[in-house]
Amino acid sequence: MMEFFNEYLIVLIALLISIAMAIIRVIKGPTAPDRIVGLDTINTIVIVGMVVFGTAFNEIIYIDVAIVYALLSFISTLFIAKYLEGGDF
Amino acid sequence: MWFDYLIYILLAIGVFFNILGGFGLLRFPDVYTRLHAGTKCTTFGSIFITGSVIILGLKMWYLGSTDGSILAIHTAGALVAILLTNPTGAHAIARAAHKSGVKPVGAVVDSLQTKSLKHNVNKKIIETKKMEEEK
Repeated sequence: MMEFFNEYLIVLIALLISIAMAIIRVIKGPTAPDRIVGLDTINTIVIVGMVVFGTAFNEIIYIDVAIVYALLSFISTLFIAKYLEGGDF
Repeated sequence: MWFDYLIYILLAIGVFFNILGGFGLLRFPDVYTRLHAGTKCTTFGSIFITGSVIILGLKMWYLGSTDGSILAIHTAGALVAILLTNPTGAHAIARAAHKSGVKPVGAVVDSLQTKSLKHNVNKKIIETKKMEEEK
């Protein structure tokens, strides 16, 4: 059973390539909404990466961390968008 | 066993779409088109990767391990969190980008702008009517 889980580490490396491309967009982005789009993409891929990591090492507590991270990153994205939009809260 | 092939196929589809999302984030010319690549492709790929983990957990549960059922249920919770939060955040980002003055590249008609203009004109007409009635 243990040999099967190592396929998930290859998936994790592929997800890291996608995160690297999003980081390039965050650094390069001409306007502020470009950078927020990059950050939102990084958040989603990190959530999936946590699920894959927890599956690869058979630790279920990592998946609970992924759920909490999803909800908190959603709140942070909403607040940054509200800040860009201007006006009162 | 045919479960293994199904898990591999779902993982391949998910990884392909996630890398496609990162690649489109680099190549598209505009905030709104980048939002398409960075949100839709990533959500689609995440559904397939978490689906493969859920099927792995169901397989472990079928083979007689109690960890498998916990793995499947918690991963389904993570999938529900992704599905609820990701499109909502993308909508908020697009709205904020339009309100902060970023224009789409090559766009001719700004439908949202004309709509809000008409709305403002209608509100002003109603306000002036109210003022006249009060006089």
